[in-house]
Amino acid sequence: MSKQITVSGLDAYYGSHKAIEDVSMTIEPRSVTAFIGPSGCGKSTFLRTLNRMHEVIPGARVEGKVLLDGVDLYGSGVEPVSVRRSIGMVFQRPNPFPTMSIYENVAAGLRLNRRMPRSQTDEVVEESLRGANLWNEVKDRLNKPGAGLSGGQQQRLCIARAIAVKPQVLLMDEPCSALDPISTLAIEDLITKLKQEYTIVIVTHNMQQAARISDRTAFFNLAAQGQPGKVIEMDVTTRMFTSPSEKATEDYITGRFG
Amino acid sequence: MTAPTSTRAGGPAASRSAPGRTRGEGAFRYLATGAGILVLVIMAAIAVFLVVEAVPALRANEGDFLTEVIWDPNGSHTFGIAALAFGTVLSSLLALVMAVPVAVGVALFISHYAPRRLAAALGYVIDLLAAVPSVVYGLWGIVFLVPFITGPEGFLNEYFGWIPLFAGESVAGRSMFTASVILAVMILPIIAAISREVFLQVPKSHEEAALALGATRWEMIRMAVLPFGRPGVISAAMLGLGRAMGETIAVALILPATFGISFQILTAQGNSIAANIANGFGEATPIGRGALIASGLVLFAITMVMNMAARLVVARRKEYSGAGA
Ligand SMILES: Nc1ncnc2c1ncn2[C@@H]1O[C@H](COP(=O)(O)OP(=O)(O)O)[C@@H](O)[C@H]1O
Ligand SMILES: [Mg+2]
Repeated sequence: MSKQITVSGLDAYYGSHKAIEDVSMTIEPRSVTAFIGPSGCGKSTFLRTLNRMHEVIPGARVEGKVLLDGVDLYGSGVEPVSVRRSIGMVFQRPNPFPTMSIYENVAAGLRLNRRMPRSQTDEVVEESLRGANLWNEVKDRLNKPGAGLSGGQQQRLCIARAIAVKPQVLLMDEPCSALDPISTLAIEDLITKLKQEYTIVIVTHNMQQAARISDRTAFFNLAAQGQPGKVIEMDVTTRMFTSPSEKATEDYITGRFG
Repeated sequence: MTAPTSTRAGGPAASRSAPGRTRGEGAFRYLATGAGILVLVIMAAIAVFLVVEAVPALRANEGDFLTEVIWDPNGSHTFGIAALAFGTVLSSLLALVMAVPVAVGVALFISHYAPRRLAAALGYVIDLLAAVPSVVYGLWGIVFLVPFITGPEGFLNEYFGWIPLFAGESVAGRSMFTASVILAVMILPIIAAISREVFLQVPKSHEEAALALGATRWEMIRMAVLPFGRPGVISAAMLGLGRAMGETIAVALILPATFGISFQILTAQGNSIAANIANGFGEATPIGRGALIASGLVLFAITMVMNMAARLVVARRKEYSGAGA
């Protein structure tokens, strides 16, 4: 249930503004791939091209190829809706549905695909909440609103919601940036556990985090303000943080940036 | 009287010194409290005046004001609100049932489906329609709709006559149905305009959460937009209902001003509190006038009860409203 992503020659635009240029990379299954780089260099944009969320923004478009186990996600006849079902996403700010209970939030994606008997939905909800390390904290208040949880719990609820539909890949855009250190640790533990089942891609501006949890790291940068972002270097995380081959990567990692 | 103080308090000199700021704060508080009290006093005075006018008529009533169907305060001093209140509530609820789904559809189309240019143009048209005076709708109804509607009414009567609402011997242009259609057309723009605003307020992050789960646009709307917009749509519907119940001239032009309680909305019968006031106030005796004022107070009470019911519905799910998120 975990798949490989191969990107080649990908450009992404907002109207006439080219936000990223010529990105090519391979993202391995059952591993964590981290994207680092200064803000505005297109990490979020690139992440959103991987599940066709980029095109949701009016005027936004993509050129190039994204292959999921060999199938081009941008090929003709591929529905963005089905792409998003198999490639889940967790956002920077926790965004549980405020009008739904904890239970309904986790079950939201299940209700889209098919009619499922209640008992089976119960099972998947429990399994997903356990998977997101949240079950013990919420099992007694599944019918309370999801918005009543703490920020860290809300983010884990969003992860539970994403994994409930059993995606192949999980994309996370700075999932800890709005959280306190304890909640961050809880999410990091969770990511390490989830990578045994999923292909995980995480954007982070926290380099210690990238070093702690990722197997491979890609460094994004842009030549100048207004220029499109590019991948400068991608490598195994330990090598990336000890002996990067590009000067720009080393400068960024050691904090001698800009 | 308090104006100079508040002007000084807002000035640069005052904002630097603590006593000045406190004084400005105090002045503003008095002003706000005073305005609030004034409004309450005026409202209480109006209510007292109306009740004082109504009481003698109610005393003189030979019938039971709440259950009597006849309205003859000028002659036999027998009058009751039952038929009028029934007509008001039925025509307004029917109007609401017709208007809300269409209005929500229009609002969703403008907020989530139409291309930007078209959405802007449509939004403008809706705002414009919301500002059209009700007498215009009434005239349109009497000139165009009354002759036209007997066709559709005949169809409903023939094929759906087994539903009590559409039953009856013969259909008529001047019917409760026609009045409800006019009311629906009249309240549609305001409900659509408010719903559109509410739907546009839905945070992008909720919509994206739904889309990222693989929701289609319609599923996204059902998952994120409609639940978030629900309290706002209910408020909009209540505003529309209030307008429909209070609508006078359009309804007075259409309804045949009969007295009776019947669910047969296609037939030549129907009346409403507001229409009855408009029709009868001119030649009313003092008792008749008091009776009409009493009926107006009942209309006010019905509107209040409807609004409170709606508030309850909204409040019941307050913790799910998304307001805290
Ligand atoms: N919704 C948008 N509309 C237009 N331009 C955008 C939008 N989102 C991002 N951009 C632009 O795309 C570039 C990359 O942004 P982003 O992908 O958010 O960077 P990062 O996540 O690395 O901070 C920036 O120049 C930003 O201004
Ligand atoms: Mg970003």
